[in-house]
Amino acid sequence: MSLKTYRDAIREALREEMLRDERVLILGEEVGVWGGTYAVTRGFYGEFGDKRILDTPIAEDAIVGTAVGAAMGGLRPVAELMTINFSLVAMDQIVNNAAKIHAMFGSQARVPLVIRTPAGWGQLAATHSQSFEAWFAHVPGLIVVMPSTPYDAKGLLKTAIRSDNPVMFIEHARLYGVKGEVPDGEYTVPIGVSDIKRPGRDVTIVSYSRMVHVALGAADELAKTGIECEVIDLRTLRPLDMAPVYESVEKTHRALIVEEDWTTCGMGAEIAARISRDRFDSLDVPVERMGQVEVPMPYAKNLEDLMFPDEKAVAQKVMEMAA
Amino acid sequence: MASTSPSRVPIEAAAGINVTGEEALDWFRKMSLIRRFEERAEEAYGQGRIGGFLHLYIGEEAVAVGAMAALRPEDDVITHYRDHGYVLARGIEPKRVMAELYGKAAGLSKGKGGSMHMADVGRHLWGGYAIVGGHIPLAAGLALANQYRNLPQVVACFFGEGATNTGAFYAGLNLAAVWKLPLVAIVENNRYGMGTAFERVSAVGEVHRKASAFDIPGIRIDGNDVLAVRDAVRRMANRSRTGGGPQLIEAMTYRFRGHSMGDPQRYRTKEEVEEAKSRDPIARWRRTVQENDLATEDELRKIGDEIDSEVEEAVRFAENGPAPDPGELYNDVLVAE
Repeated sequence: MSLKTYRDAIREALREEMLRDERVLILGEEVGVWGGTYAVTRGFYGEFGDKRILDTPIAEDAIVGTAVGAAMGGLRPVAELMTINFSLVAMDQIVNNAAKIHAMFGSQARVPLVIRTPAGWGQLAATHSQSFEAWFAHVPGLIVVMPSTPYDAKGLLKTAIRSDNPVMFIEHARLYGVKGEVPDGEYTVPIGVSDIKRPGRDVTIVSYSRMVHVALGAADELAKTGIECEVIDLRTLRPLDMAPVYESVEKTHRALIVEEDWTTCGMGAEIAARISRDRFDSLDVPVERMGQVEVPMPYAKNLEDLMFPDEKAVAQKVMEMAA
Repeated sequence: MASTSPSRVPIEAAAGINVTGEEALDWFRKMSLIRRFEERAEEAYGQGRIGGFLHLYIGEEAVAVGAMAALRPEDDVITHYRDHGYVLARGIEPKRVMAELYGKAAGLSKGKGGSMHMADVGRHLWGGYAIVGGHIPLAAGLALANQYRNLPQVVACFFGEGATNTGAFYAGLNLAAVWKLPLVAIVENNRYGMGTAFERVSAVGEVHRKASAFDIPGIRIDGNDVLAVRDAVRRMANRSRTGGGPQLIEAMTYRFRGHSMGDPQRYRTKEEVEEAKSRDPIARWRRTVQENDLATEDELRKIGDEIDSEVEEAVRFAENGPAPDPGELYNDVLVAE
């Protein structure tokens, strides 16, 4: 084990899979000469050359569409979209092509494709600060992964690259510098398996990506007051692994979902619906959700700071639920 | 070769009758098969046996047949949704195509695609796509895979003139040109995107001139002349195959039927349609074959009879075949792993 950043963990996964399988190639904006907008692919252009590291024009529909075609043709492309906001330009390719080709031709073709893209924000205003994971998780035929730790990011990315299915691999710009323990040797993390990041008996907090860290911070604070939260990291948003959530709710009788997207029709809506249907009798209080304020992201720092629940707000909500 | 001049470029004519009797009959057979197949499909649609959309290719058969004659069997083909002609031209059994139209288990795409999504990947037919222009980047990707793997095949990407106003057309062909991908874009200009005349909605009315946006060769040919199509596709495919990058062919043709079933066709006159029918690619090829003694009248008639029974057999096969098992509903969504 050694301490590595989320960025380095992802870089290691990419590099190891590039070395392991000749069919893996990377394409996207600034992935080559620049070294990646978030420096994830730094050094790759020199190491692997322009046959396997392809700088593209700023045309997300071409990036994803070409990657889908290359995947159909026997390669294992990893397409990078500079931020998840730009995925909207590629939505037709993702939803109508990547997600459908296996099904609509009756399993004749497959699309072993990974689309890496970071969510995130930081005074970037309305169009560069969005969370669209629920849009992708809505679509049968896609796998959606959204890791919170360096360990999960590396292991899940390796699994995603080896998968024969299209995977939306959603990173988080504000996690790239976060450090965590990563094994020195080869390992993978399975897709579709939630992870208990902190065991607890009193309240279940379901989260994913950056909000897992907020939930863990809140849980630490709450522990001082004697409230023990169980924090479950979904890691994969489609398919959802609800079993650990259900087991937890049977124990705590309380569930709070903490997400970074707008709560209306967001990931939490789905999770709440499933808990309410499948563990209705276990619940002592209604399932609660916390997410982004439902306005387009403002630029001003003080306003942006109000957009997401912080550790204090989460702790407050948990105390209300536990009361 | 790139046609950058704003002046009207003459349609390229076929360079003489460089075709064998065997080829001449094969093309006549395939074009007639597509025509007869679709007439029967139209009938079955009217009887409620085929659902959804049914976009007929009638009038445009020379493009698919001429192109397939030029392409090698291992060349990749990816198409738009008016796609029955391409699969039949590549020699797929009509009964499997008809079964797909009927939504039957033995259909080409197991009854999951229907009219717009015909694929036979084993024969390098990567499918019909129904979002206009959306498959053009896929074609670039298939060509990228061929180039990356040092495979000798080109990708032939078919779409209508309407697709050349989409972003995907520009984004896809730009990348194909930047990476010098082995790709031949074959634009079937049948003059209408649904019911809107191309010149009403396209700033540039001649599609071949749009090739200049990518600095690639672009030509306009008579898409109702099967031989002209064969020759042009062969020439452009060979150029692309030998490192010449993407090529664009604009094949001028005309759709005799409506856009789909139930099109009132208010956007064009009966006279215009009748006039276009005087350039029917099948009748025209039949005349060429006769005038050049490439086949006898008996041989041509015999082909007509064979096609009739082949299509009837396809209909019987589709009518009698089982629908997909209900359990199939949940299959094919993801590759099991």
